[in-house]
Amino acid sequence: MDNETLKARILSIVPDAQTEENKQYLTLVVPAAELHNLAEKLKNTQELSFDFLFCLSGVDYGKQLAVVYHLNSTTHKHAVVLKVKTDDRVNPAFDTVCDIWRTADFHERETYDMFGIRFNNHPDLRRIFLDEEWKGYPLRKDYVDEVNIVEF
Amino acid sequence: MKEIINLPVSKIEEEEYHINMGPQHPSTHGVLRLVVSLQGEMVKSLKPHCGYIHRGIEKMCEKDTYPQLIHLTDRIDYLSAHINNHAVCLLVEKALEIEVPERVKYIRTIMDELARIQSHQLWWSSFGMDLGGLTCFFYGLRDREMILDIWEETTGSRFLQSYNCPGGVMQDLHPNFQKRVHAFIKTFKKKIKDYDRILSGNVIFEQRSQGVGMLSKEDAISYGVTGPSGRGSGWSCDIRKNEPYSMYGQVQFNEVLRYGCDTYSRYMVRMQEMHESMNIIEQLIDNIPAGDYSAKMKAVIKLPAGEYYQKVESARGELGLYVVSDGNKTPYRMKFRTPSFSNLSVLDHISRGMKIADLVAIGASLDLVIPDIDR
Repeated sequence: MDNETLKARILSIVPDAQTEENKQYLTLVVPAAELHNLAEKLKNTQELSFDFLFCLSGVDYGKQLAVVYHLNSTTHKHAVVLKVKTDDRVNPAFDTVCDIWRTADFHERETYDMFGIRFNNHPDLRRIFLDEEWKGYPLRKDYVDEVNIVEF
Repeated sequence: MKEIINLPVSKIEEEEYHINMGPQHPSTHGVLRLVVSLQGEMVKSLKPHCGYIHRGIEKMCEKDTYPQLIHLTDRIDYLSAHINNHAVCLLVEKALEIEVPERVKYIRTIMDELARIQSHQLWWSSFGMDLGGLTCFFYGLRDREMILDIWEETTGSRFLQSYNCPGGVMQDLHPNFQKRVHAFIKTFKKKIKDYDRILSGNVIFEQRSQGVGMLSKEDAISYGVTGPSGRGSGWSCDIRKNEPYSMYGQVQFNEVLRYGCDTYSRYMVRMQEMHESMNIIEQLIDNIPAGDYSAKMKAVIKLPAGEYYQKVESARGELGLYVVSDGNKTPYRMKFRTPSFSNLSVLDHISRGMKIADLVAIGASLDLVIPDIDR
């Protein structure tokens, strides 16, 4: 399926989604509340069948925190990038997708560890790399650590 | 056994017998701790504990310029150091729309395949050792030495070469390079027959690996198990075939697929891949075109603002690089989608209901490199 058809299909599921400019992949910013519903449809609809979540990353855009999902279909070979964003930097939370793609389990734990973004309904949301007692979320842009980070 | 496989971790009773495999355990090949819940000798579930060598490479990358980054990506998956560097270079070149000279493409592809062979040699050595065949370790390391010598001569380093740089490679090939690569391939084609004689056809090995650690194709896709481990489940996931880069679109090679879904299939995929890698090198080594070994690059590399993604096939699977750039000389955010991290996540699923000795074989067949998990 080419990008235009794909975009139309996704917009028919989530009319509020907004396209973002990207040369490589079709990129859509999706309202957080619609994410799980859309993800389920992307995986289970036969013509779409996005069965491979090849990357899940957290990004700190300064004001906003975001989670970026890179999706791929192993049968149709098309790809799409979904983004969810939130202004809430104190208690950011999105729905988990690890019931749809199992690989999201570890990747969401990593995003929680580094950005403090919580994932609702995640079965085992703990820090994955850092200690449980670690204060703060290191990959956020406002993270301060005077001991471990040497500024030049 | 089937009932246990379908249970989620939280539902399994609390009063079990737990043992810690690692952080210092020979079969984890590094500092990884597996907390294994056992019923007698049978694995009920396991939880990996990572982070013992987490160095915050993603955070460090945000402070480094692109040419400096090369030296960090070496250290993610040290056995695929060339391939990791290659990924960064491809990403920068794609963002700046730079076409590198043909010679560079040849050199990079040959180096990538040498890296793949030596990585698989080391994997074979430790796989044999994990199952009790110490001879394998000596055989594998002996042959790997030849590749390290070739690298030392050209790149000046045996292990972490940092040979690729945006636009090309650091320096030209050593005059002996072609001769020594030919010598290596000639020798290794004979030696790899010993590998098959000592392990592949061995009855004890077959009994310990066939039917052990079954991973269906659907699960491999869902868990994101790429590389030889995914191809052992019949999933065609080779980036070199699906999204060719450098010279891979122009050489003839087969994507190795096996449909057994077990430890033995994953083993056989890697054994066959070494032959395919030698095949690729043989097609390229005599035809390296003359020319520059690097394109002309600006002194300060700034990526235009935007988001970029680059995939390459490392020795362990799909390595993805996701870069958010704000137009500065350092990346705003850099994420590494490393193959071992996703491959580790499936370990709990495929080792349930197996014996603890099988867990060692399964872990070895996934070919985990711990810095690749922790970053």
